[in-house]
Amino acid sequence: MAEVWTIAETHNGLLKEVSFELLARGRALADELEVPLASVVLASHTREGELERLAAYGADIIYVAEDERFASFTVHSHAAVLLPLVRDHGPQIILAAATTTGRTLLPYLAVKLGCGLTADCTSLAIEEGTGNLLQIRPAIGGNIMATIKSPDHRPQMATIRPRSTPLGTMDTTRRATIIRVDPPSLSTDPVEVLGVRPFRDQQTSIEDARTVVSGGKGLKKRENFTLIEQLATALGGEVGASRDAVDRGWATYPHQVGLSGKTISPELYIAIGISGAIQHLAGIKTAKRIVVINNDDEANILDIADVAIIGDLFAIIPVLLRRLNERRKTQ
Amino acid sequence: MHIIVPIKQVPQSSDVKMDPVTGTMIRSGRSSTLNPLDLYALEAAFRLTEAHGGSVTVVTMGPDSAANILKEALSMGAERAIHLTDRPFGGSDTYATSYVLSRAIEKIGSYDLVITGERATDGDTAQVGPGIAAWLDLGLVTYVSSIEEATSTHLVAERLVEEGYQRVQVALPALLTVVKEIAIPRLPTLKGKKRAMASTIERWDAEAIEADRSRIGLKGSPTRVVKIETPKVARSCTIYHADGDEATLAAVDHLIDLLEEQQLLKEVHHG
Repeated sequence: MAEVWTIAETHNGLLKEVSFELLARGRALADELEVPLASVVLASHTREGELERLAAYGADIIYVAEDERFASFTVHSHAAVLLPLVRDHGPQIILAAATTTGRTLLPYLAVKLGCGLTADCTSLAIEEGTGNLLQIRPAIGGNIMATIKSPDHRPQMATIRPRSTPLGTMDTTRRATIIRVDPPSLSTDPVEVLGVRPFRDQQTSIEDARTVVSGGKGLKKRENFTLIEQLATALGGEVGASRDAVDRGWATYPHQVGLSGKTISPELYIAIGISGAIQHLAGIKTAKRIVVINNDDEANILDIADVAIIGDLFAIIPVLLRRLNERRKTQ
Repeated sequence: MHIIVPIKQVPQSSDVKMDPVTGTMIRSGRSSTLNPLDLYALEAAFRLTEAHGGSVTVVTMGPDSAANILKEALSMGAERAIHLTDRPFGGSDTYATSYVLSRAIEKIGSYDLVITGERATDGDTAQVGPGIAAWLDLGLVTYVSSIEEATSTHLVAERLVEEGYQRVQVALPALLTVVKEIAIPRLPTLKGKKRAMASTIERWDAEAIEADRSRIGLKGSPTRVVKIETPKVARSCTIYHADGDEATLAAVDHLIDLLEEQQLLKEVHHG
């Protein structure tokens, strides 16, 4: 029976969390279709025990290609392995993460394989009767949910928004069949990786953060933006910013949240001095909890917030920082 | 250096408000605009041709009104504009769209680079750029945040990825998708607007680009939209007013209690 595949992502030999989120999605689909679930790993190397973790989270089969050139992503080196592998095994579904890697690799593969692809899905289901994959994604700035399918083309492909899937239960007694794949020689990758420069401010990217504290125009000037940084630190989170704040140079582009920046799904999102332009709201709709601190009780952002404190943010944040600090000391 | 920049007409999002009750979009008027993220692709192209000589060609697929965004690109400095417009193009998904654009790019010919925006703000898929690269077998570098070096044979660029900035060298011709960090877009000039007014936009149909009819429009699109739903706004907002010191303290404590209850403060306690 045609398999369901997930494309795992690694960094320095370790699997990224999103690889397991994809397995949770894939497991549900494979169970419903009663077919095997496979995970594909392209890495420079995999550390001891990593492949076993894929099995524990639901993979029945693991295809592994290890090669130095996979240390850093190029679409051509990945496609050179995946295209023949897909043609040989004919999976019916391929899921990848909606990361810079997944969102580059899958559209490239989809054209090469002549099949359909849905970007940035937030939920998946199997259509009754046909077995088609129903791919559900937010569209038009997150204001509508569209259900999309590819009835006549295989594999059906989708990218899944990171952090939109709770992990499945880990079962360390589960075993998977590991299939080693020889990476074909690719002497002509048009892209050569020269190196990776980590972010200067040591941040982890806001897409991966559990907590994001964002500031907007209401901060009034650059110096005040340190309040956002202090609160983010106090909460163990990362700093985000509205487009206004980035355009004014208070924060850099990697911090920008919204339609022209990052779409994020943290467990806690705190929006401070952000009125909530539709572009911004579209970027945070899938956050689990949204807290607002704003002086305007009619701000758009309240429409999608869970809790709001209405008042002067310059009075509120110092109190919040003090109380968080006191609380920590008493624990 | 000849650079081709595919661009897209999108609904003007500043005209869009959300209905607080239903969560649906209220579009006042029906104005359209150039996809804001395409401005960065255009700017990157202009800077390269200003530094190394050459010209920028813009191309779009869309209805008659899409000619406006081509005019805008001409007024910013593009030299040639091509409008792909034909009934059979309608209903194209990203697969069919990237095919149509790749056919047009092939017909334009003799280019060193294709540069696209990161994605369009309406569809938000980011699939058409990589799709074009696949159709044309071009080197593909996505999420480019800076271009360090460009020669007639290769280019050195940085990509903004989850781990930081990945530095790559790519052989030309290649396709880049660029992010906002690449440059600050210029505004159209008065002189440019006059020049744009005087320029003609070439209109090409399916026949002009020798498109395979089975690969365009709805018929050529592997994906089908089955259903459109408006999600209900499930959140109901608890509001605390922080008027004065006492109320501020109470509001803050309410918030902290709530976050603690929902285990959203655990990183602080253990970290």
